[in-house]
Amino acid sequence: MNLINKNVSAVSEAIFKEQRQLRKERLLASPGLIIGFAGFVIILILAILAPALSSADPNAMVVVERLKPPSAEHLLGTDEFGRDLFVRLMYGARVSLWVGGCVAIFSCVFGVVIGIYASYFKALDHILMRICDGLIAIPGILLAIALIAALGTSSWNVVVALTIVYTPSVARTVRASAMVVREQPYVEAAKVQGFSDFRILWKLILPGVISPLTVQASFIFAQAIISEASLSFLGAGVPAPAASWGNMLQASKLVFSKAPWTMICPGAAVVVCVLSLNLMGDGLRDFMDPRTKGGAKK
Amino acid sequence: MDPHLLEVRNLKKTYPIYGNMGKLFAPKRRMCAVDDMSFYIDEGETYGLVGESGCGKSTTGRAIVGLNKADGGSILYEGKELRGLSDREFRPLRRELQMVFQDTLSALNPRKRIGDILEETLKIHGISDAMARREQVITTLKRVGLSEEHYFRYPHELSGGQVQRLGIAGALIIEPKLIICDEPVSALDVSIQAQILNMLTELKKELRISLLFISHDIGVVRFISDRVGVMYLGTLVEETDTEELFEHPDHPYTQALFAAAPDISVRNREFSALKGEQPVRTEDFAGCVFCSRCPYAAERCRKEAPELREIRKGHKAACHRIS
Repeated sequence: MNLINKNVSAVSEAIFKEQRQLRKERLLASPGLIIGFAGFVIILILAILAPALSSADPNAMVVVERLKPPSAEHLLGTDEFGRDLFVRLMYGARVSLWVGGCVAIFSCVFGVVIGIYASYFKALDHILMRICDGLIAIPGILLAIALIAALGTSSWNVVVALTIVYTPSVARTVRASAMVVREQPYVEAAKVQGFSDFRILWKLILPGVISPLTVQASFIFAQAIISEASLSFLGAGVPAPAASWGNMLQASKLVFSKAPWTMICPGAAVVVCVLSLNLMGDGLRDFMDPRTKGGAKK
Repeated sequence: MDPHLLEVRNLKKTYPIYGNMGKLFAPKRRMCAVDDMSFYIDEGETYGLVGESGCGKSTTGRAIVGLNKADGGSILYEGKELRGLSDREFRPLRRELQMVFQDTLSALNPRKRIGDILEETLKIHGISDAMARREQVITTLKRVGLSEEHYFRYPHELSGGQVQRLGIAGALIIEPKLIICDEPVSALDVSIQAQILNMLTELKKELRISLLFISHDIGVVRFISDRVGVMYLGTLVEETDTEELFEHPDHPYTQALFAAAPDISVRNREFSALKGEQPVRTEDFAGCVFCSRCPYAAERCRKEAPELREIRKGHKAACHRIS
């Protein structure tokens, strides 16, 4: 970049301006990206600032206050132990986002490495993909439970188990699109120009698989939050009494006919978070491809 | 004798033909895309390779730069064997051997600015000074008739002719000795074709590069080439200097090809010179490649393949009728 900043003529300045303009138009043409990003940022801020926003202890039980409907005192009501749902939701977001984010990042990193190498080197392809097939053949939640049974329950082990569960599907997606990119004439042209395999893999093929990858990453983020919820629901996730959206949902199943807000609130939190992430993933994919024109959707 | 810059000897490339069970079983037969193809290119020379679609022109070009692996024969570049080199062994030679593609737009990374694409090539060939790289990119852009303002553009923002210029710039930038041009102007309209061809002619004079010019357009090949090889069904049927070929086309296929070329001075004529399509050439193919469509085909032509031999000085043809 500093090379470009040196001696920029007026013409190139104009081109940059035009391209910035195009990018701005592209950004505005995808409201999904903005909405998704905003939603995600709000959830993130609530999670980070949870202790500052409320001095209440998320695990403090006040039995007389149990199953109170939403009111000024308890914004979203209380659960069966009299714990403030809003506070627990914020603390639960910390756990859920932490698990979701770590799983998304780790499984994408491993998935990309496996997928790209598998797509480019024929010999590796069979070995890596058969291992992935084997892992995919086991139902995801079952595999996660088995892993957690072996590793013990903690939020780190949930991350490890879910990463192992989701890496094969990322690897497959990446491999499939990498194989398409690999056959593109510009990869061939690069080969003629003398690019090394390593350079072709990371400089040409990787950018080509970014768009399916962002979609997959946002999907896995969302899926991991739900999986963590399922694991907590089954008692294999983040151990009680720590709040997570999953074990809040689990706890609510006993009382939801009397106090529906105990189920609706964490459920809605999961939905909103997943929706923002998916919108963001979709929007990012469109935004990052320089070929999509601004205002193309008319 | 000095070795030729590039010499191709008995090049052979086959593709498997699978039965209706797909790749489950071994291929039934193998199709020869190129068989027994021999020619050479000297320094500073432009060799035109002409023939109809599917005759193996591009396969030949791609085999030379190692994009597909030839099955037999040899490809000698300055006396060095290129066939069977691994990608790693080939890499030092990439600097001297470049290729221009037909569909240049898809041969350019769509996510990068033009300047970055061109600089990347310099970077991998060891030019590490950023300013020098940038200067060279701009010189090359100017050389092909683009300007420095295109440096920051994306490939898809250019017109068809500009993209083709850019494709040539991409090949020129590391100052190669030989450029394989695979149908570089076929996708362009005629006025732009002329511009690109003029530019190529000037560039090759100025920089003393050799070109292997692959095209199905006889007019284009005539304009740019010093020598021409006519290719049919994977092999050369006639080869000679451009002028000689256009004055005395000897092989029936060459004659038919010329008869089918549109001519502005003739109105309402029929293009009936060649009927049918190229047959599939399998490995057990015998006889003259052209016998199925040749108006003069005789018994001997179906049984025995004619050799590509010199019929006049510098004029080779493969036909039994010419002795």
